Amino acid sequence: MLLECDGISKRFGGVHAVAEVDLAVAPGQVFGLIGPNGAGKTTLVNLISGHLRIDAGAIRFAGADVTRLAPHALTARGIARTFQGVRLFKGLTVLENVLVGRHARMRSDVLRRLWPRGAPDRRDRESAGLLLERLGLKRPQALAGELAYGDQRRLEIARALASEPRLLILDEPAAGMNPAESARLRELMRALVAEGLTIVLIEHDVRLVMGTCERVAVLNFGRKIAEGTPVEIQASPIVREAYLGSEDAA
Amino acid sequence: MDALGEFVRVYQTTIGVIGINALLALSVWITLYAGQLTLGNAAFMAIGAYGAALLGMRLGVPFPLGLVLGAGLSATLALPLGLAVFRLRGVYLAIATIGFGEVVRVLLLTLPFTGKALGLNGIPPLTELWHIYLSLVVVAYVLWRVQGSTVGRAWAAIREDEIAAASQGIAIRRYKLAAFVAGAALAAWAGGLSAHLNFSIEPGDFGFTRAVQILVYAVVGGTPSVAGPILGATLLTALPEILRPLREYRDIFAGLILMGVIIYLPRGLVTLAELRKTRRLQEIGAADVA
Repeated sequence: MLLECDGISKRFGGVHAVAEVDLAVAPGQVFGLIGPNGAGKTTLVNLISGHLRIDAGAIRFAGADVTRLAPHALTARGIARTFQGVRLFKGLTVLENVLVGRHARMRSDVLRRLWPRGAPDRRDRESAGLLLERLGLKRPQALAGELAYGDQRRLEIARALASEPRLLILDEPAAGMNPAESARLRELMRALVAEGLTIVLIEHDVRLVMGTCERVAVLNFGRKIAEGTPVEIQASPIVREAYLGSEDAA
Repeated sequence: MDALGEFVRVYQTTIGVIGINALLALSVWITLYAGQLTLGNAAFMAIGAYGAALLGMRLGVPFPLGLVLGAGLSATLALPLGLAVFRLRGVYLAIATIGFGEVVRVLLLTLPFTGKALGLNGIPPLTELWHIYLSLVVVAYVLWRVQGSTVGRAWAAIREDEIAAASQGIAIRRYKLAAFVAGAALAAWAGGLSAHLNFSIEPGDFGFTRAVQILVYAVVGGTPSVAGPILGATLLTALPEILRPLREYRDIFAGLILMGVIIYLPRGLVTLAELRKTRRLQEIGAADVA
């Protein structure tokens, strides 16, 4: 298993945001994480990515215990993520955003830059440019904050990919995308998985989840209430009641 | 050439002070660039000023070495201080660094070797204008190059969004600390130069007012680029001289100009050039007004 969560829990005051969740994500999988609003999906992601401190349980990544590691150390080990709602560096250019994403893979070039003609990051700029091309982002010198929302989402994915991750966590990547963009995202995920990447996908768009994931876990009130293949999940009465039922009501 | 020589001779002190203020403005710019509001730079300046002056006068340490040791001492003190205060953010961080400034000021008033309230007098005037301006050129160049480096981008990322920056593999604490320590060393360097320019120093020179002044130079000049703090320090230091014909009203006008700049150019004087472009873009509805 690439990522193993073993009984991880997080409380906020009296609320069990995440309660004793076990997850096992195999390499090369697209692993879906679904659940109604407030089910604890994003909290779970924040625990895995090190942005929140875990109260109980353990997380293993690629065989090593990473439970207490800070976000930057996890990125260095190969976990990259995007955020629910976009968190770009809006005042930086599109290209700069991707270059910051490569931070974990770049050696500090401060000293080499003191030489007037030095451009030690030429290779990194090239690979950042290729990533932008792949994601269909055309204006590398535009400020990230000026991009349309769908482009911002794709830029965030490009930035995450720039760290050359083994595991990519996408927190509602299709939110705000039109059906065409959403279809392109599905294509991209397929291509990335074919290249050996593992993806954890948190998503409201049930069609996207069911169409791309090999396994799906369902959270409700911080607990994992079901896990299985998309077909099993869709057939499960518990899930229907907790999630799909509420989806119908909405 | 003669006219220039005459100008430099008449305004020698002001020209020197402008250069020192520009160095100080750059010292606070480093932390501002990383998105951190700190107000301890007057205290770090004091450490450099007293350090260089005392080492030279009491121990006969050569002037350049005194400058280096003063900056080193300042950086050494900034390290543990930074570890403590960077648990805080925004206005809380600013207040904590003001507290540090007060501690340094009171220490200068009470320690047995700092001359208490009288300060130090008869500091040999060893600082030449070219020392100041060579320092300024080197510092400005280095900071300009750092902006485009991994470190500069990491600082900018922290400023833009700390949580997202951590997710890109940036060790937030370490980068904030590096900015803080670099700023402290630079402020102390400027302090050492100013002590040997002015020939007397006292604790009151390095109080809260001074800290705010340094911040104002950087913010009025503009923090997007290295040129901003230099421009801000130059104009605001020269302003009293320029406004001299207004006599007793000149401080009022200096204040009004300051208000005008902050209201109409909130990102600083360096954005003056950008402004026209933005206006045009706004007219055709292409620019984000925010």
